[in-house]
Amino acid sequence: MHGFANPARFLRLARWMMPLFLVSGLILSMGALLYGVIVVPPDRLMGDTVRILFIHVPAAWLGMAGWSTIAIASLVELVWRHPLAAIAGRAAAVPGAAFTAICLATGSIWARPTWGTWWVWDGRLTSFLVLLFLYLGYIALSGAAQRDMAGGGGGSRITAIFGLVGAINIPIINRSVVWWNSLHQPPSITAGKSAIDGTFLWPLLIAALGFSLVFGGVVLARMRTLLADIQAEARLRRKAMA
Amino acid sequence: MREGLEQWDYVAAALTIGVVGTLLLVGWTLVAMVRAERRRDKVRGK
Repeated sequence: MHGFANPARFLRLARWMMPLFLVSGLILSMGALLYGVIVVPPDRLMGDTVRILFIHVPAAWLGMAGWSTIAIASLVELVWRHPLAAIAGRAAAVPGAAFTAICLATGSIWARPTWGTWWVWDGRLTSFLVLLFLYLGYIALSGAAQRDMAGGGGGSRITAIFGLVGAINIPIINRSVVWWNSLHQPPSITAGKSAIDGTFLWPLLIAALGFSLVFGGVVLARMRTLLADIQAEARLRRKAMA
Repeated sequence: MREGLEQWDYVAAALTIGVVGTLLLVGWTLVAMVRAERRRDKVRGK
């Protein structure tokens, strides 16, 4: 793992992986959405609104995957002091927050025709809203930590601890529909089993793969951005001290 | 459907938010990356 700690080696990999992830991800995700709109038949109970599934569910998965990435990166940063781990955590925050916001917005739009309301304060929706606030807090904290590090402080560790503590919310989101009564349906896809018909399941899995590749490409691009900023700042500091 | 709601309006709104949000995220990320790498190269004197 420490072999990838070298920023030069990481940049060599990211230069070809990032465009590959973004282009293939956009083709797969947009293709799956188009297929969902044109080809997939209406659902017996939900009618045409079932098509919202193909954007809402991948966004929900990526909202949670984003924070899982932050938690793992935080652990690696705190335990092994991997130099790229803090950058990876920070790079996952904005796309994670974006997909969480997309999930909340599309879920609310889906709720209106199916539940008769835009929003309910139940376990699933509330814990997902908490996830969005956690992302916003993490983004603010990591920005402050970057300024603090320039001054020689240890703000990055506080951000990493926040990333680990916030991970408590992920199993709460996952189990919320089992633990508490909710208008939200229970899990449709569990290990090795699916309650979703194949007609909807395959486009959903392709959309999820596509959006995951887009997410990966965005994280790599943001890591390149953060690395370039760090390298430029370091060079400017050396010039100022010379 | 109940209340005479037009389902396709909701589908269109949700998909628009998803697609536009994703494309904005990708576009903004790429612009920020190009700008940061250009600034680094300028500082390095390349």
